[in-house]
Amino acid sequence: MTVTPMIEIRNVDKSFGLFRALDTLNASIREGEFFSLLGPSGCGKTTLLRMIGGFDNPSSGEILIGGKSMAGIPPNLRPTNMVFQSYAIFPHLNVSENVAYGLKRLRLGRDEEQSRVRQALEQVELSKLGPRMGNQLSGGQRQRVALARALVMRPKVLLLDEPLSALDKKLREQMQVELRHLQRQIGITFVLVTHDQYEALSMSDRIAVMFEGRIAQIAEPKEIYQNPATRQVADFLGGMNFLTSSELAVNGKSFTATLPGIGDITGHLAGKAIPDPASAIIGIRPERLRIVWEGETADPIITGKVVDRNYFGEVTSLAVGIKGQTQHLSVVETNDFGADDIPVGSDVRITYDRDAFVIMQG
Amino acid sequence: MRFLPNPRRLLSTYVIVYVAILYFPVLLLPVFSFNDSATPKLPLVGFTFRWYESLSGNAAMQGAAWNSLIVGVSAAFLSTVLGICAARAITRHRFRGKAAASSLIMAPLILPEIIIAISLLVVLLGLGLQLSLITVILGHLLICVPYSVTVLVSGFEGFDPSMEEASRDLGETAFGTLRRVTLPMLMPSIVSSLLVTFTISLDEFILAFFLSGTEPTLPVYIWGQLRFAAKLPNVLALGSILIAASLVLLTAAELFRRRAERKMAVRP
Repeated sequence: MTVTPMIEIRNVDKSFGLFRALDTLNASIREGEFFSLLGPSGCGKTTLLRMIGGFDNPSSGEILIGGKSMAGIPPNLRPTNMVFQSYAIFPHLNVSENVAYGLKRLRLGRDEEQSRVRQALEQVELSKLGPRMGNQLSGGQRQRVALARALVMRPKVLLLDEPLSALDKKLREQMQVELRHLQRQIGITFVLVTHDQYEALSMSDRIAVMFEGRIAQIAEPKEIYQNPATRQVADFLGGMNFLTSSELAVNGKSFTATLPGIGDITGHLAGKAIPDPASAIIGIRPERLRIVWEGETADPIITGKVVDRNYFGEVTSLAVGIKGQTQHLSVVETNDFGADDIPVGSDVRITYDRDAFVIMQG
Repeated sequence: MRFLPNPRRLLSTYVIVYVAILYFPVLLLPVFSFNDSATPKLPLVGFTFRWYESLSGNAAMQGAAWNSLIVGVSAAFLSTVLGICAARAITRHRFRGKAAASSLIMAPLILPEIIIAISLLVVLLGLGLQLSLITVILGHLLICVPYSVTVLVSGFEGFDPSMEEASRDLGETAFGTLRRVTLPMLMPSIVSSLLVTFTISLDEFILAFFLSGTEPTLPVYIWGQLRFAAKLPNVLALGSILIAASLVLLTAAELFRRRAERKMAVRP
């Protein structure tokens, strides 16, 4: 038996005049999943979210929610609710009235309505702010009211359009944890739009990474980070050393290559299809490279010269020039052993895990 | 450099002279309306309420005032309703011919009013319509709508379109959204539009003169009275009341707009 996905996106296209905002998107989002749409601004992630909510229509293709086509169905008749980027709190209503806004149409009766409002405000820890007017709230409070106002409608899907981008760093990190916690607790599907890779990695069950109207990869956070499908994905999520290689070959489930200055390596495709090995590229994450200190032995070993050093508190990032590699190798090392004291210009030895190389579509 | 006049002082002198020339004649009107003399000339003779008192027994004047009220309220209401529709289309939608449509709405502001008046007269008579207060209202609508649209466009621009989307998202219909979000949020601009257009209609002469037929509005009545020298002080009194009413309405509109703006403003 196959489970019907909560949201299905089938061959969705969107054009604004000649500009193709979304290009043949396909994705399916499961029930109870925390799903993120991650990408740089202008990649079409918000457009896709607005289509799920009913604020935009696909030029072609269709979106199904709970197995039903949403073509022609306006936002007020969809089982979705949205937390807008600007929060869109009604300034002429107080917090309770904001939260009760959608309930009014349901005609639940005063007691039922009040108790649902109270419960929603408790959920977001704003019980005491009920009588406060909508325009007298801080950014964090507005965000919570927007959340309560959407959740009180008991949607099947909650849509969140960059809900944390307007908050300062500390509050943002706190809200990430709270949002994740809330989602687990109520168990409905969350679809989050964000351009912040850490936010997506830390909160999501799965992430769709988008560039220029296309989905480059859909996978779990760990998979996206450790095994990015394309060079763009790798570059967008954290640092990646892209390596000069020769004799790159793909056979079955693994690949082999010769990396000048580093050596012959092999790696696993890990389920990826590399349709064109000629345009593929090999990479390794900076933290998978380690400095070999004096007196230590390791195998394999690369030698190089430190050309730049950047201190980040708990870690130091070194740029190391390797003969045969066109780009400097970036090495991120904790400062426990004195990486922050390595002089620029000195020779260093570097080692790596043999299974740390990944192959990506260039 | 010392011998050159201080540029700052030069500018403030200029402003004072400018404002004086602009408003001094208007100030003379109320002054002479309280003067106990049938001709408006200096020196002032004595203080009197006579001219105001004689207005109260004047049925023709009261009829004209009533006509002005009917025309003003109707024009203000209709112009604001049309303004809401136009302003929403301009600020919230993209459509073919939008630039042309908004310029056409604004055009009556720069077209000579007498040309509009004559053209309207020709067209309305051609259509076989009787000149009445309704034709005056239609004419005033033409010059009031641009003001309504201007005021309401800035009202619409002042609030986040996602408020309306949020309302739809929370299950409200398009009409319910208009009633529960758009209109309350626009209320300051709506009141401002009503007051401004009422004032414009109240003071308007040329269109009313051409289109009013046998039912004069106040400005048309005043113009008619100017032919009789003896009636001049009464006209001055009536004019003073009109100026005062306009000032009160426009000030109220501005105060209301500012107060509501403060109330609606979302703290950053």
